[in-house]
Amino acid sequence: MNKQLRALYDSLKERGLTAEQDSMIRRELDLQNQNGDHDCVVAPAIRGIYAYNDQAMQGNTSPQNLMALNSVQSLDYLLERDKQREKDGFPRKIRIGKMVKPSQEGDDKVVIVPTTVEEKLLHDQVRTGGDGDGGGDGQGGQGGSGDGEEGEIIGEQPVRPEQGAGQGGAGQGEGGGHDIESNAYDLGRILTEQFELPNLKDKGKKRSLTKYTYDLTDKNRGFGQILDKKATLRRIIQTNIALQRIKGHGAVDSQDLLISPGDRIYRILSKEKDYESQAVVFFVRDYSGSMGGKPTELVVNQHVLIYSWLIYQYKNQVITRFILHDTEAKEVDNFQTYYNSSVAGGTQVSSAYALVNKIVEDENLERDNNIYVFHGTDGDDWDTKGEKAIPELRKMLTYASRVGITIAENGYGISGQTEVEKYVRKSGLLEEQSKLLRIDVISKDSTESRLITGIRELIS
Amino acid sequence: MELVSQHAKRIMEGCKERARDAGLKFQEQSLEYIVTNRDFLQLSPKNMIPTLYDYWVQDVEVLKEQGQYELYPNNPYETVINTRPPISFYNDNNPDWLNVMIFYHVLGHIDFFQNNLFFRNTWDYDFAAKALADKRIIAKLRSEKGRWVDYVIEFARSVDNLVGYFDVLLSLSENSKKLTMIDYYFDVFLQDKEREKRSIASYVAEIELYNKSIREFPGDGEERFIDYVKKKHAEFEPLFEKAAKDWHKGGRRDVLQFLMENSKFLGREENKWMLTVIEVVRATSLYFQPQIRTKILNEGWASYWHDALFLKDDRIKGHEVDYAVINAKVTSMPRVGLNPYGLGMRLFAYLEQQSEKGKMTFDYRRISDQHKRKQYNESTGRGKDFIFSIRENLCDSMFINRFVDQEFVDLHKLFVVDRRLNKERMTWEYYVKSRKAEHYKAMIADSLYHPPAINIHVDDDNALILSHVFENKPLYRDYIEGALLGIEFLWGGKTCLYTFEPEPVKRDPSQSGTEEEPSREIKWRRVRYTMKDKKMTRVMVD
Repeated sequence: MNKQLRALYDSLKERGLTAEQDSMIRRELDLQNQNGDHDCVVAPAIRGIYAYNDQAMQGNTSPQNLMALNSVQSLDYLLERDKQREKDGFPRKIRIGKMVKPSQEGDDKVVIVPTTVEEKLLHDQVRTGGDGDGGGDGQGGQGGSGDGEEGEIIGEQPVRPEQGAGQGGAGQGEGGGHDIESNAYDLGRILTEQFELPNLKDKGKKRSLTKYTYDLTDKNRGFGQILDKKATLRRIIQTNIALQRIKGHGAVDSQDLLISPGDRIYRILSKEKDYESQAVVFFVRDYSGSMGGKPTELVVNQHVLIYSWLIYQYKNQVITRFILHDTEAKEVDNFQTYYNSSVAGGTQVSSAYALVNKIVEDENLERDNNIYVFHGTDGDDWDTKGEKAIPELRKMLTYASRVGITIAENGYGISGQTEVEKYVRKSGLLEEQSKLLRIDVISKDSTESRLITGIRELIS
Repeated sequence: MELVSQHAKRIMEGCKERARDAGLKFQEQSLEYIVTNRDFLQLSPKNMIPTLYDYWVQDVEVLKEQGQYELYPNNPYETVINTRPPISFYNDNNPDWLNVMIFYHVLGHIDFFQNNLFFRNTWDYDFAAKALADKRIIAKLRSEKGRWVDYVIEFARSVDNLVGYFDVLLSLSENSKKLTMIDYYFDVFLQDKEREKRSIASYVAEIELYNKSIREFPGDGEERFIDYVKKKHAEFEPLFEKAAKDWHKGGRRDVLQFLMENSKFLGREENKWMLTVIEVVRATSLYFQPQIRTKILNEGWASYWHDALFLKDDRIKGHEVDYAVINAKVTSMPRVGLNPYGLGMRLFAYLEQQSEKGKMTFDYRRISDQHKRKQYNESTGRGKDFIFSIRENLCDSMFINRFVDQEFVDLHKLFVVDRRLNKERMTWEYYVKSRKAEHYKAMIADSLYHPPAINIHVDDDNALILSHVFENKPLYRDYIEGALLGIEFLWGGKTCLYTFEPEPVKRDPSQSGTEEEPSREIKWRRVRYTMKDKKMTRVMVD
């Protein structure tokens, strides 16, 4: 067991833990001991018998000219239809999916496609062992051919794929090429329009877009359309100070001031660059031992959706920062890593909040940016009363435009009883800062439409 | 979409001639169309049948495939559909030598469609035309009923895998006879466990009694025996009548048919149009059943023949290497995975050889000496006949179960792969789990199409009760709600599903950490899902 964790656990124990808290912490420690794995790995590309067909088998896979995907019209139509389903009293069926083609350079190609399933009564494999239980596979095996003794290993695949090694379905990448951005933008548009998410307020101006508006903003000396009286007066005073006609003390006789020809400042109608407001979004994810499987997937999926939506809202002017935490927090540089990483340690929410505060302070992000913090966790925290987390959270709320906490319950405890939920509610911040802080609690079995409802809750 | 050029058609006719000479049998006419890659994308969700009814899920699939095509463009060569005449689709940019290979592959499929007994009831069937009629009916209904047509299609499709294919075959077959009293008495009545506990001796005594009656009264022995039965069991006659009634219904496990016949909701005057829609969905599903149950055979057969015929074809001299590359892509066995083309083709070739040497006989099986087994060769000259009879009579499950033996598994170095977690390196290790034929067979059997068997009842409150027949396999839980929602709609009332779900038995903590991982124990729990007013509840029943 990690010594540091051990020490932390002991110190917590000294201060007194209830039996439940103790067992919760012990469970995470145990998971780490077992090197408990998060089931984040993408299934290997092994096909069943019925996945083979003449077209695919005899298809020549050499790349051809790419075909333009011109389907927005009908995708919208299908989504419109799906909305109608809801009104007719049936659940929605179309999901917006993402397909990723990983590439060596990291500029993965992504396309947005609709997906749906036809639900039928089908046989399933016998699955045992819950999420996060890193034991065997539970599958009955597949076919294979070639050399090798029984028991011999014929290949291996990392449980946590390296960056760029994902096999698709890995969600949205960040940074990278134009394709990703434009597709995330599309997804954001769909989310905004189809799911009626609200718009955000502007704050600060910084980066420019190549877009101009015409306004009386250009200032010229000596000629122009409208005299800018305030600016002119300011120049006159400067001139007179220089001429020592205005001194430090005593009243100024405005009748006696000299006016230089260059002092007159006019405004003129001219084209101006317009500046778009800009956002920095912190995605913070708990990747501790108890987050295995489903909660991680839910949190990450929700974050992909939020990310896409923000890109749309801010016309690509979004900076994203990814932070992972267990008992300690670290920043990772892209979504792939953010999505795929997992450890099996304990949980300290405060560490992540402190890191966000530090980054904002160090880089002076607050001045020009809307800052959003989205935190996904299963709600476990060793800091059970939030003694450290709440002060950090308060600090965060002084600058953030919105802090959204998603608690994806891992199903181990009683619903509505997670540590994070309890201490956040108890702190009174939810009422006090109701415009800035939102919390959304989802169960392990939530669907995508539930996630979107959750987003609405977090950002409305 | 257009017909192939006269040049390509001439190549096709040449292939037909050679294929006939080799023993394949198929009708004279066939239709070949040229399509673009984009057409392929649009046709594949419709099972390649352009005239199949429109449905929004197909649109979603097309969009998805177009997206996939954008990422991973490919250039499919052909597909073929089973209708009269058979229609096949080709890409427009194939060189002639490639067309020769593809045509042989297609002819293999056509031969299979037109000679395999599981397809018998499609032999005189112009499905493309039937589908066109269906498409028009549905389009007409859609203009009247709007999106509700699509809901009915959706809900019917949510149970279209439960059409009782074998029950329908049984009712179509000439041998389907009436239930006789004698059959009922011995097969059902006497063996009914709930009625009374019977010893085997008493059962045998009854048979003896029957035989005696036949012997002593050759004219009316059977009637006398029935009289005796009726006297002995007062309840026999009414029970038999009830059973005979059910017997004639047929399609006992066909949920769609049951709904069509018994749903009061569908029976209402204003809902009668739904029956038309459901029948279209059901007929389409039934039509595709033989196809899905003969995947390995069908692909194996087509691959066997394109390989056998291509290399003998004089028109392709000089393209052997090109051919080898393409053929290898289609028929190689993956290191991990199961390629039905490769598996089927190898099994056919193996069986032909075995039969040629007379190894499909009892005499051969009796030999235990490995050397003698290897040397065994009767030169029967019946290898081809044997595989032709397989192509005529079997489906996948029979094919695999009967013919995959240790010799075959060893010959092609087949094995079962599994994976396990390596905790030090944090990797999934794929390892050779078993090279035993029985394990390999079981593994394939597991991946074959096998929809759950569902028994249907209606209880006193007019709730539809579906009981899933236990086969050591649970149902896929995520889909249950969607499927039940559809059934409830079509039934027009409360619907229950009984099934079994595994519950892992907790491992003894003192045992964990030992080297050998104890095999996971499972307890099966009976579960009832109830769908009422679009709300689903799940309870354990024990």
